Amino acid sequence: MAEFFAMGGYAAYVWSSYGLAALVMVGLLVATLKALRGAETTLKALEGSRPPRRRRARNGAAASPAAEVGEG
Amino acid sequence: MHRFANPARFQRLSAAILPWTAGATVILLIVGLYISLIGSPRDYQQGDTVRIMYIHVPAAWMSLFVYVNMAIAAACGLVWKHPLADLFAKAAAPVGAGFTLICLVTGSLWGAPMWGTWWVWDARLTSVLILFFLYLGYMALVNAFDDPQRGTRAGNVLLLVGIVNVPIIKFSVDWWNTLHQPASVIRMGGPTIDGSMLVPLLVMALGFTAYFITVVLLRLRAEIVQRKIQTMRLTEAQG
Repeated sequence: MAEFFAMGGYAAYVWSSYGLAALVMVGLLVATLKALRGAETTLKALEGSRPPRRRRARNGAAASPAAEVGEG
Repeated sequence: MHRFANPARFQRLSAAILPWTAGATVILLIVGLYISLIGSPRDYQQGDTVRIMYIHVPAAWMSLFVYVNMAIAAACGLVWKHPLADLFAKAAAPVGAGFTLICLVTGSLWGAPMWGTWWVWDARLTSVLILFFLYLGYMALVNAFDDPQRGTRAGNVLLLVGIVNVPIIKFSVDWWNTLHQPASVIRMGGPTIDGSMLVPLLVMALGFTAYFITVVLLRLRAEIVQRKIQTMRLTEAQG
């Protein structure tokens, strides 16, 4: 085990290479997930604060024929 | 291709693909790390420093692969105004920059014990450093405009101009005298590297590719949500 970590005397070079690669790749993944979560929360809050315009329009469209039927 | 240009369809499709690419990334990287660090022999000249290759070379391949993909997306974005193409280049840039950074630093960490120097200003190393600056320049340019569309257009032009650097990197080891060795895997006449070292190299390269696809899909999803937020805020502001 000690021999494995010693890397034939090149431990500093080998392990810092693997460590840096892990740091960059995990760091990017974590930052990406955070950004995605944050954006999704903001979008939910925005959608919750007011009904989306399209649905309102659709409800209006659905309501008017019914009204016409009622009038007829 | 245009069938996938619809962001809503993309969100559905990427949700279906993501678990597979994420799983493939984890499995490939675990297997790759095991055979790179334990399952492969040390080099008879370089000893254990040869294990740096299993990070360095796949990262170098990825730095070029990502750039070429971004340049293709940039062309599609400029010619067809493809909405996802612009977002793809923006989403991929930090990942490409990350791989280039890994390539440069591990190269330095490999060069120090084997060449006796951390850095030389020769063709290969300098052209890869320029690639790194192209990534950073693109990221800065895209975010430098108030109007995101002008930003991506300027960024796309930079990506297309910077593509001349890709063949320079690839052939720099043949065109100029350099400390860096010539290609030993992707070359005419097949690889000159032994199977016991080629296998970990290829598994790590596949793992990096799966990682790239996973992270880019996640970043694209975030970009699309961000665009939606922007439009909602705009319509809100305009009443």
